[in-house]
Amino acid sequence: MSYVLNTAQDRQEMLQILGLDSIDELFAMIPADVRLGRPLDLPPALGELELTAHLSSLAGKNDSAASKVCFLGGGSYDHFIPAVVDHVASRSEFYTSYTPYQAEVSQGNLQAIFEYQTLITQLTGMEVSNASMYDGASAAAEAVMMALAVSPERRRVVTASSVHPEYREVIETYLAHQEVELVTIPTPDGIASPEDVAAMVDQNTACVLVQQPNFFGCLEEVRRWADIAHDHGSLFVTAVDPISLGLLPRPSTYGADIVVAEGQSLGNPLAYGGPYLGILACREAFMRRLPGRLAGQTVDQRNQRCWTLTLQTREQHIRREKATSNICTNQGLLALRASVCLAALGPRGMRQAAELSVRKASYARDKLAGNSRFTRLFDAPTFKEFVIRDTSGQVDELLAHGLECGYLAGVPLGKWYPDFADCLLVAVTEKRTRAEIDGLVDCFVNSEQRTEVVHA
Amino acid sequence: MRNTRATQLLTELSREGRYNPLLPDCDVPQPPLEELLPREAIAAELLPLPEVAEPDLVRHYTNLSTLNMSVDTHFYPLGSCTMKYNPKRNERLAGLDGFAAVHPYQPEETIQGLLELLYELQEMLAEISGLHAVSLQPAAGAQGELTALLVAAAYFQERGEHRTKVLAPDSAHGTNPASAHMAGFRTVTVKSTPEGLVDRDDLRRHLDDEAAVFMVTNPNTLGLFETEIREIAEEVHGTGGLIYLDGANMNAILGISRPGDFGADMMHFNPHKTFSGPHGGGGPGAGPIAVTRDLAPFLPTPVVAREGDVFRLDEDRPRSIGRVRGFFGNVGVLVRAYCYIRTHGPEGLREVSENAVLNANYLLHRLKEFLPVPQGDCCMHEFVATAKDCKAERGITAMDIAKRLLDYGFHAPTVYFPPIVREAIMVEPTETESRETLDAFAEAIGKIVQEDPELLHAAPHSTPVTRPDDVRAARQPVMRAVAAGENGHEG
Repeated sequence: MSYVLNTAQDRQEMLQILGLDSIDELFAMIPADVRLGRPLDLPPALGELELTAHLSSLAGKNDSAASKVCFLGGGSYDHFIPAVVDHVASRSEFYTSYTPYQAEVSQGNLQAIFEYQTLITQLTGMEVSNASMYDGASAAAEAVMMALAVSPERRRVVTASSVHPEYREVIETYLAHQEVELVTIPTPDGIASPEDVAAMVDQNTACVLVQQPNFFGCLEEVRRWADIAHDHGSLFVTAVDPISLGLLPRPSTYGADIVVAEGQSLGNPLAYGGPYLGILACREAFMRRLPGRLAGQTVDQRNQRCWTLTLQTREQHIRREKATSNICTNQGLLALRASVCLAALGPRGMRQAAELSVRKASYARDKLAGNSRFTRLFDAPTFKEFVIRDTSGQVDELLAHGLECGYLAGVPLGKWYPDFADCLLVAVTEKRTRAEIDGLVDCFVNSEQRTEVVHA
Repeated sequence: MRNTRATQLLTELSREGRYNPLLPDCDVPQPPLEELLPREAIAAELLPLPEVAEPDLVRHYTNLSTLNMSVDTHFYPLGSCTMKYNPKRNERLAGLDGFAAVHPYQPEETIQGLLELLYELQEMLAEISGLHAVSLQPAAGAQGELTALLVAAAYFQERGEHRTKVLAPDSAHGTNPASAHMAGFRTVTVKSTPEGLVDRDDLRRHLDDEAAVFMVTNPNTLGLFETEIREIAEEVHGTGGLIYLDGANMNAILGISRPGDFGADMMHFNPHKTFSGPHGGGGPGAGPIAVTRDLAPFLPTPVVAREGDVFRLDEDRPRSIGRVRGFFGNVGVLVRAYCYIRTHGPEGLREVSENAVLNANYLLHRLKEFLPVPQGDCCMHEFVATAKDCKAERGITAMDIAKRLLDYGFHAPTVYFPPIVREAIMVEPTETESRETLDAFAEAIGKIVQEDPELLHAAPHSTPVTRPDDVRAARQPVMRAVAAGENGHEG
């Protein structure tokens, strides 16, 4: 009854007005044989104090990036979240509102979406961004579906095994009943060779999807990819790391037609994988193929500048089975957080976050590879993540030891890449200090000698 | 008192050189960047992002927030959306580091508390649905629909059956046919009877060995319980098809009737509706699905499994459809749903539905003094009134009434949905509103339908903007701020 306002007396009076004797009569249209004749088998109700104690106890059983030093990445990163992000997102006029269908009482949300779209176009160099998707993986799948819709006669999609394995799994799921051939180029050297890409892309290829930096943290030869795709009339889709764009060239400069990204890095908590934020932006030519919501600028009856949801004839609530996607929600609150984060960092903060990440990752990589037990797996240049091979083949023990020393030390690759079962993916963001990196290296190179964690 | 500068854009607030010192100096050796990255991988210029100082940023977004209606500030009787109160304890608890700061690739032994919570949530949703197994992975209701339809497709494929059709009533949410299309099915629309229920004769016409799934919303979008749901399910099952329940309206039947018990084989929950997750201005939601024992092997990977006192992720699922999104799911939303269910317990959940239905019936009773409700005198958690008489007699449309309600300080109901009711006004009050609020809303409608039609056509009058030009927005699309001076009109 925690949030019900009706008192016993209210209920009695309301029933009386309805001419009913009991609450049960309200449910008269439910046939007796489909009613549950017993209470649900659920644990008993908890008051706020008991609930708080219970949840605190469950939370207390988990390690986290707050209790351990986090070097985990693989598409989700422990970047710094400025306080202003939490502050703005805690305004309940934002977080307890609904999709802004009623524009007159939703200008705050509509303008926030419009500003998000603007910031994403500034970040990627694309001409149009939608109001966001569920996450990076489903955004990648939607981008592929978009490309297939742009050229419905083309039935091949080319990607590489250096693209996030879960993105590829989601694409596979989305394509399961679409009669499309998904070609995955092997990447034993950490990046796809342009020759292999060229061999796979043909006139039947709707799009070519690359990740930059890729899942291994390596930089792909994206300009070559783009040329190959465009030479065959295929669309070039890139999945990028938003933070990396503080330093790397924007996808527009190397010919991307559609850009997707996991927006978690921009001010959103790790939260065991969600809710996250799928960024999806494209060239103007494909604007009407975009899935999901779009906020557009217009004027009202008093000729004031204002914002409204637009091009809704693409969407499921109007177009039903002919919609560009079934997506209904966007990730409004996470898009808001990303916007505030981008604006708080600004051009210089983004550059700084990217540069700190790349410098610290490079320092950690070289320091680890400087020890005889570890080798750097790939020669390709890396951004904020790298793959390190444990030549003694004891990745599990190494990670367990890392945990004892206070580190979430890396993501083992064996689950997705059996050939790399002795390898770890290590991510280093701007949050990691030299002392933390040195501590990790010490812990790794001397598995006998227990080291104290240095929290800087 | 409204801040008239609130609607300036960040690009307009930006001044070169404004900067927030957030990050530290570099504490590792700093060779030239060209030694770390290839020349062509280093952008020559900084990103063209706005340069805004924190005080301006806070004022900007705080002022923007005041231009929204929200559950915390207004009654939000938005049919089909279940805009109930969002408990503050859930916000606080979902924000605990042990949930919010957990990385998705942490080893299982470091997240036993979280996996325990997620496992229990799977079990609780199975119990509430009356179904066997749950996947927490889908990111939203629509993705839950897609996931379940992919599960159904895999099930039929394994049985060697080539079923190509998905059936859905004409009163269904637009996501139903859109999801069916994405899962590779063609959709067939089933008519409703004049009473607003599934037309069983029409359904029967489409039931054959090509019909894979009948997607039904129950209670339906008119707020009516499909009284013959059991018979419908028997007929669908009789031809080898499956029943999908769109769980958008679960707020009406918690602990009262279970989808699995009335014949559903699969369903999704909308935790952001039924279990009070805040809507966030349009997301995030979540869309966990529950299915029968036969369909369980096809659920997405991973699911949470229990072995004694140890919880782990089950990734060895050879018959699974795979993944529909990255990582585990919308855990932040799921933690809130868990909190909500644990706060209520079995009796409390039932009381939620009882009061949601009581409030809807009470409001229906009050409103029908002013507007007809074509589908009867009683409803479940929501009902659909019509402005068609107002329109015929005085030229007042459902949109006019919706817009004018904003002047009275109420969020508008859903209008023009479901499509089978002309000038539809779909009202869902939820259980977290008082009788006084319901009375005030009904009285506002009573006044509005008597007002001068011209006043209503021009409504709302008290909001920051009124009736944006949607045609212009679509014909001359402006989707991002462009350089100063090109942005047109200033508010």
